[in-house]
Parts: sequence; C-alpha cells; structure tokens
Amino acid sequence: MTLRNPTLTRVIFLLLPIGISLAVAAALVIAVGRDPLDVVDALWQGAFKDSRKLGGVFNFWIPLSLVSIGLVVTFRAGLWNIGVEGQMMMGALFASWGAQYILLDESLAALLHILLLCLAALGGMVWAWLVGALKIRLGVNEIFGGVALNALVNVISIYLISGPWQPRIGGSAQGTEPFPKPALLPEYAPTFPVNIFMVALVMVAFVIIYALLNRTRWGLNLKAVGKNMRSAQLLGVATERTSMSAFLVCGALAGVAGSYRVLFTFDNLRPLASGGIGFLGLLVVLLLSIRLLWVPLVAFAFAAILTGSTRLQIAPSLKLDSSLAGVMQGMLVLFVILFQGVREVLFPVQNPTPSSSPTSQGGESQTQQVSFSQGDGDNIEAEKR
Amino acid sequence: MNPEFLNTLGSIVGTATPLVIASLGETVTERAGVVNLSLDGSLTLAAVLGFAAAWTAQEAGVLDVPGQIALGIAVAMLVGALIALLIAFSSIKLRRDQVAVGFVLTLLAADLARFLGANFTRIPGPQITRYAIPVLSDLPIIGTILFRQNLLVYASYVLMFAIWYWLFRTGGGLTLRAIGERPEAAYARGARVQRLRYWYTALGGALVGLAGAAYSLNVKPGWSSPPAMQGDGWIALAIVIFGGWHPFRVVLGAYLFAALRAVSSNIQTNGLFLFGQEISFPFVLLNTLPWLLMIVTLLVVSGGLTERLLQYMPRAVQRRLRAFLRSDPPKALGTRFELE
Repeated sequence: MTLRNPTLTRVIFLLLPIGISLAVAAALVIAVGRDPLDVVDALWQGAFKDSRKLGGVFNFWIPLSLVSIGLVVTFRAGLWNIGVEGQMMMGALFASWGAQYILLDESLAALLHILLLCLAALGGMVWAWLVGALKIRLGVNEIFGGVALNALVNVISIYLISGPWQPRIGGSAQGTEPFPKPALLPEYAPTFPVNIFMVALVMVAFVIIYALLNRTRWGLNLKAVGKNMRSAQLLGVATERTSMSAFLVCGALAGVAGSYRVLFTFDNLRPLASGGIGFLGLLVVLLLSIRLLWVPLVAFAFAAILTGSTRLQIAPSLKLDSSLAGVMQGMLVLFVILFQGVREVLFPVQNPTPSSSPTSQGGESQTQQVSFSQGDGDNIEAEKR
Repeated sequence: MNPEFLNTLGSIVGTATPLVIASLGETVTERAGVVNLSLDGSLTLAAVLGFAAAWTAQEAGVLDVPGQIALGIAVAMLVGALIALLIAFSSIKLRRDQVAVGFVLTLLAADLARFLGANFTRIPGPQITRYAIPVLSDLPIIGTILFRQNLLVYASYVLMFAIWYWLFRTGGGLTLRAIGERPEAAYARGARVQRLRYWYTALGGALVGLAGAAYSLNVKPGWSSPPAMQGDGWIALAIVIFGGWHPFRVVLGAYLFAALRAVSSNIQTNGLFLFGQEISFPFVLLNTLPWLLMIVTLLVVSGGLTERLLQYMPRAVQRRLRAFLRSDPPKALGTRFELE
C-alpha cells in the first residue's frame, strides 16, 4: 500500500464503512421496489421538517445519550451491560410508582420531579446491582444475566399494567392511566416539546462522567480492570468493587433515561416503554470504540434516524416498515467495526497500543472479557486455594 | 398411561425441536472455540427468509410441497451459515471481538427480518406435516411421545447422536475439541485450526438456520411481528452453557425449558387446580419462569454458589456432585488463535 499519510487513511476508513452501509441500505430499498431518495427525503422530513419534529429528535436523544454515557463506563471496565434495557425499564417502573402514589401539589412540582428522577435512578441501580452481583459474586456471565433480567422486568411491567395499575375503565394491556399532571415533566413550548431541564442534565452527566473517567483514580481503575483484570488486581485495585461501581453508575443513568420515557414521552407506563433505546446505546458506544467524547453527537444522529423512520410508514410513496432505521444503524456499526479490522490488517501499527475498545483489543484482555460462565471472582478464589 | 398426558409430552418434544437444533448447532460452534452470539437475530432472519422462499415457490407453483419445504429449509440454513461465517471471518481475518460482532449481528438480523418480512405477515404458507414412523410409532409410551412427529424432529434425534458420536468417538471430533481447548497444541499436531473453525462455525450456523426454519415452517408457522421466536436465541445460548457443551445434556436442557413453557402456558389458559380448588394468582407472572430457570441453571453450573454449597457436603459426595453440576467452557472459547 502506498498510503503513507495517516490522516488520509483515517478519513478514508471513516468514510468507507459509512458509504458501504448506505449503499447496502439503498440496495435493500431498491430490492423492495422503492426509491432510496424518497427514503432519504422521508427521514429528513420526519426528523427536521419543523421545530416539533426536531423536538422529537431531542426526545430520543435525551434517553439515548444517558444510556450511552452509562455504557461507556461499563465498557471501560470490560463489562457487557446488555441488561441496560432492563435497567431503563426498572427506572421507568420506579418513576411510575412514584408518579402514581406520591401526590404533591402543583406548586411542589419541581420537588416531585427531583424525587421521581432519584427514584428512577434507584430503580436502575437495583437492576444493575443484580446483574453485577450475579456476575461478580456468583459467576453468571453478565450478558446472560442481563438478558434474563431484561425479560423479567418486561413481564413485571405487563403484570403491573394489566393488574394492580390497570386503568379504572377499560383495563387492557395497553398502558396505565396518564399520570397526574404535577408528576409529568413540562415541555418547553408546544412548538418545541422537549424538557429543557433534562437536556441540561444530559450535558451535566456528560461532563461529570468525562471528568471522572479521565481525571480521577476511579477512571484509571476502571480502565485497568477493563484491560486486564489480573494485573489490576495485582496492582492493588479493588476489582470487584470497581466493576460493581461501573454497573451502578450505568444503572442510575439508564434508570433516569427510562423515567423520561414514561414521565415525558408517553405520560404513562406502557409495555416495552424503553423501546430498544438501551440496545441502541450499545450500538452507539460500539460504533465509537467506547470514546465518550463523540457520544452526544452520534446519539443525535441515531436519534434523528429513529425519529425520521416514523415517516417511512406514513409517506404514501414508501409505506415501509420503520425497522429500516434499525437496519441502517446496525449496518453502519457492523461495517465500522469490520473496517477497523481491515485497516489494522492493511496498516499495522508499529508499536501496538491496544485501545480499550471491545472491538479492537489485544488477545489478553479478550480472554478475560469473554469468560463465559466462569466468574472472575470465582477464578480468583480457585487460585487462592 | 393417560393418552392425553402422552400427547402433551409428544407436543413438548415437537415444540422443543427448534431449541434443540439451535443449541446443538451452537454447541458445535463453541466446541471449535467460536462464540456465535447472534442466535436471537439469526434464528429470526433464517425463519422469515426460509418462510418467504417456501411461500414464493408455492405461489409460483414451481415445486411440489416437499420441494417448497426443502427450498425453505435450504435458504434458512444458508442464511444461518452466512451470518456465522461473517463472525468467524471478522474474528480470524479481521481480529475483531466475536462478542461485539455477534451482538451487532443479533440486532441487525432481527431488524432485517422485520423489514424484509413486512410483506409476509400473517399469511398462510407451506407447512411440514407429521409423519408417524411405521413400526416405532406403535411402541407403547415412547411411540406416542417420540415417533409421531415430523421429519425435523427425527432429524434432531439423529443430530444429537451424530454430534455426540463425532465429538467423542472419532479422530475428527478429537481435533474439533482440541481447537476449542488448546488450539496451539492442535496446530502443533497438524490441525488446520483456522480452516476448521470456519467449517464448524458455518456448520453450527447452518443448524441455527435449520432451527429458524423449524419455527416458521412448523412450530410457529408463518411470520408475525414481533416475531414469535423472540428471546429463544438467548435461551438456546444459555442451554449450551447449562448443557456443559455436551450434546445429550444440551438436548435435555432444551426439553426442560420447553416443558416448563408448556406447563406455564397451560396454566395461563386453563387455570390452576389443586385438590379441586381453583388457585387464583396473576398468571402473567408465570412468563418469568423460563428466565428465572435460565438464571438459576447458570448459577448452578457456573461455579460461585455451587462451590460454596459443596463445601458443606461430605468429601465423597463433593467430587461427584461437582462433576455433575459444573460445566466448564472450552478453554479457548471466544479467543483468537494467532501464530506469532
């Protein structure tokens, strides 16, 4: 290869996967007999036509950014927090409980909102703690623990909606009654239906987590645990506590994200209220090789595609399933990951500095990461014996 | 024995079959040291494309019914194999993490299935029919349970024994286990580690695809959104761990899960009676049972808790019980093999 310019290589390997994934998506659209340009137009109209639509983008961006920021923390510690979807849902459940049973006057709405968000964070943390405890104490791989706990909380929410919390009239599995007005988060303006306080909260969370990861000992410990559990332990890092703290931080953020869905987006609790945003957050973070800096931006792009995709079904020339949005996002992440590999194979780095990414890392940390069915705590115990 | 009870057992064997085939496929893949995490997505995509192929052939009238079924199965197996190969390729050639690529493919394949399946929602298509094996189906008890099924179910029996025989009774199986446990040693003894990993990953993926076809052409005929088999891929992955990567135990696990599901769905439709009294209980919560069982079985086989409980047992029992309960993954599972 004659390409010697590293910046040029980087740009090419950034654009190539984007172009290819778009081309594949376009081919799919053509295959089902539609015009790709119509799709682009519909997505754009659906996301940016007016300020109300833009508000819709922000309403996906808020929860998506929150979970993605949380997932950067768990990925740093080498943990696959697939349970994030369930943690969102648990946050939504806790917030829904508070919204229905903590009845405060309209004048105390601000206090109530803070209470509800704290409850939601607590809910997410409880579910994250379970994943962490199963992984760290009992050796259940966090991927499977997370998947099972996701399913559990979904069943619980359906039970609550069709049982104790069902609407007084016409109880069905569709959702609870709308929450009392003081509990709902207010919108900035009817033309821009977004809760500004939550936008600010996302930014605060971003800055705090950024500082914690890059400026504190805790951030360093997370990295050490994520890269090599054994050597972190030998260096005196409390690995179990560090892993658990990562789960808890992510759980709290996911819980708040979940509460936004029920306290603002829907105004009531519905089955699957988390709406796959947790999984989408995993994609965002994988796409970025767990670099926090670009999370808000990529989350915004993903949120725009998601918002725009609702128009795919309505637009008369299209009538396409909105899952095309997921296909585009999935393709993009897949090709970005694959092309990182292509780049490394074609242009090997002289002094390989293994990045902490789960998608591009040295063999050693990988063995640790995919320690199926055998908890790390367990390994250590076995060694002491 | 009560014939109705036997029929129920028979239907459990029937509905368990996709889980059995998918977990057996994943067992083969993981024995070779590769994790195909995409099961939940690849099952769905294979199911919808298999159904779409069979249905299209039916509408075009180019094949007879067995031909349509065979085409559907072939397409589904191809889809499963291709997804699996992509994971193997990204790990072996591009040095990507198998779990990351597998997870992305899980979501991508599921969304692709919804997108491509939109036009095939709730339409009737060809289905695999029952075929009672002449002499065997007349056997008392097991005849009804095992031998009044369809060909895919019989295929799953054959697969179980074939995979067991290959793994533990042949030289090729020894190599297969070696490349999943100690690829360096296997390489030193002349095994072509990478090439074999491609083969076995593709084979396992093809079986996952077959399981997808078993859903859409038999157990949950047709296609609907959200897909009827959602979540089963994850259960199959957990069953492989529960089964300790041993075909017989894996199949046992799949039947256990299917039985639990049958019981809970039966209670949800018919209610629960104990000593003639109807028990009232929010039956929706029974849907948690498969997932609770998943956590509990992983807890038991994964060490931590079991080890602690074993400490209180007498020495003589300890060892046997540990061998019975614990299951350790192939040592090189999820790792890359590279010659330095």
